[in-house]
Amino acid sequence: MKYIDEFRDGEVAKCLAEAIRREANPAQSYHFMEFCGGHTHAISRYGVTDLLPANVRMIHGPGCPVCVLPIGRIDQAIRLALEQGVTLCTYGDCLRVPASDGLSLMKAKARGGDIRMVYSSADAVTLAQKNPDKQVVFFAIGFETTTPPTAVAIRQAAALGLKNFSVLCCHVLTPPAIAAILASPEVGQEGAVRLDGFIGPAHVSTIIGSRPYECFAEEYRKPVVIAGFEPLDVMQAIKMLIRQVNEGRADVENEFSRAVDREGNKKAQQLTAEVFEMRESFEWRGLNVIPNSALRIRRQFAEFDAEKRFSVGYRSVSDHQGCECGAILRGIKRPQDCKIFGTVCTPENPIGSCMVSSEGACAAHYTYGRYKDV
Amino acid sequence: MSESSANPRKHYGRRLDIKHGQVDMAHGSGGRAMAQLIEELFARYLGNEYLAQGDDGALLPHPGVGKLVMATDSHVVSPLFFPGGDIGALSVHGTINDVAMMGAKPLWLSAGFIIEEGFKLADLARIVQSMAAAAKAAGVPVVTGDTKVVERGKGDGVFITTTGVGVVAPGRELSGRSARPGDVILVSGTLGDHGMAIMTVRQGLGFESPIISDTAALHGLVEAMRACGADIHVLRDPTRGGLATTLNEIARQSGVGMMLQEKALPVTPAVNAACEFLGLDPLYVANEGKLVAICAEQDAEKLLAAMRAHPLGAAAAIVGTVHADEQNFVQMTTGFGGRRIVDWLSSEQLPRIC
Repeated sequence: MKYIDEFRDGEVAKCLAEAIRREANPAQSYHFMEFCGGHTHAISRYGVTDLLPANVRMIHGPGCPVCVLPIGRIDQAIRLALEQGVTLCTYGDCLRVPASDGLSLMKAKARGGDIRMVYSSADAVTLAQKNPDKQVVFFAIGFETTTPPTAVAIRQAAALGLKNFSVLCCHVLTPPAIAAILASPEVGQEGAVRLDGFIGPAHVSTIIGSRPYECFAEEYRKPVVIAGFEPLDVMQAIKMLIRQVNEGRADVENEFSRAVDREGNKKAQQLTAEVFEMRESFEWRGLNVIPNSALRIRRQFAEFDAEKRFSVGYRSVSDHQGCECGAILRGIKRPQDCKIFGTVCTPENPIGSCMVSSEGACAAHYTYGRYKDV
Repeated sequence: MSESSANPRKHYGRRLDIKHGQVDMAHGSGGRAMAQLIEELFARYLGNEYLAQGDDGALLPHPGVGKLVMATDSHVVSPLFFPGGDIGALSVHGTINDVAMMGAKPLWLSAGFIIEEGFKLADLARIVQSMAAAAKAAGVPVVTGDTKVVERGKGDGVFITTTGVGVVAPGRELSGRSARPGDVILVSGTLGDHGMAIMTVRQGLGFESPIISDTAALHGLVEAMRACGADIHVLRDPTRGGLATTLNEIARQSGVGMMLQEKALPVTPAVNAACEFLGLDPLYVANEGKLVAICAEQDAEKLLAAMRAHPLGAAAAIVGTVHADEQNFVQMTTGFGGRRIVDWLSSEQLPRIC
């Protein structure tokens, strides 16, 4: 496949692996966090770590849309489907995230909830148009990449005058999450977790540009290299990070220049700003409540806000006691450090959210890498 | 698909919650959840020496010479008509293939129809005509049947269950338990064509070159493969759950590990592109006209040549090897140069979000 195979070429990977080995100083170790689940998935699926020298360690970050959704948000969606009888639409991965009472959206569907998987927010609008007697709610999740399509759906519903379409908005923002990790006691100056730099998001950065990361690089003195989701992108970014560390720099560099520039996608940003505004605070799984880290629907579009249309208040629910998703999402623990990993918590019966999506750190390690634990 | 696996598995994390649990879509996806349902429910209550063989068909004592093979398969495909076939042809091919994978010559089929009230007779006729054509071409007649109609809303158009019976000569039986360390793994052609043909129609994705289902009866190919004299240990058709799930089943049944070479896996550019587009992995996408063969190392090239000489095996390839592994992991050397597990399908393959 053109424009894809080139970025998965094993021969180029070999050369790049050699270049990384030359670049890395054998006398020191390097600890880099890939923020995005897309990178986590690429690293695991292509076996990127097998090509890295032992002193370069990758730490999985929290950038997996379903992993950071707290139980309380899934509960809200399930209550909408089971108690209010709405037709609830969402993206595929979301269906299996564990919620309260041993439920998930998939299990709620088996209990009779009208829950549908959609490929795009536009499909949800179409569903509402075709079923005027049904209340259709789009459970909108994800980072900056999935937000503009939700904005389009809301504007479209407004233009069509749809009275049976609304959105349960759980869109979150990347920069505050990175800031929360950097400011956390574990990662801070005295912290137990060493973090020498970040691989910055691919798709998110196409929307927000590279500029928002500049403050972290400067304030926390951590290099950031924005990288595409293909395995060669990841390797190239690692090489660039090692070079920055070696040279004592902390800059924002852009490996993904074929899709990302400093300013991002202005049109998408405008669309998002028109429909959404900042939430004062939002609870994340693993990162607790982070101020100004998520979006809600503006008053002007309030009639499309499912939280206003239906009485589904948010209730915070703590994670399963044995589950280490929180620490794993912050990079403090690895999946295999969790006591229930691979025993009680498996992809068939996920206890924590990181075991759900193939972008989640636990599912990626279980599915692709657990032979290393034997 | 192995509907009768009774091998005890060490653990599935948690046992089935028979008291409070409910069947969800994952239990029908051909992955680990289905294997657990079969083991902890069907095999637990219906278990007997034939079911315990754990293959796609049962090897039964035959009053005359050799053994009987019996296999059954239900078909619930949506849409009922798709590029390259329909539920009628599929229901004939699927069961013939299950019988053939046991090393047997398929002889007869039965067909049970569950039809939804209101279903168009013209569509039913199209399906039955397609079944008849498939059965005639394969030389395996439908010799008995059953018809039930359910109220509107209680079925999805039409469901078809077919059962096939065949005979296998003494010493010619095949089983998923016979893979040995050192064996070579072959596939008979490109992967994922059927599943992606269905998926693109379902999602209304119009690609420039449509993806055509590979649905086909494979007993002719099997005959040609056996005629070449290669020491074949295992045959299986990687249907639901794709090649990955089928190999995991065999690895577990045989108590071995496997190593695939990603670069050797045959996938058409169209299927590759469609999978990329939808965030799916062709290793987990269904095939309806392909088989996996595992044979002794020294016979691999001979078998490959025999497969390639048959029209249904023209794109056959050697894709991996079998080795000793207590964990029964199926692994793969990636085209990128790394290594990873090729795990059981967990739940349905869902598209990723970003």
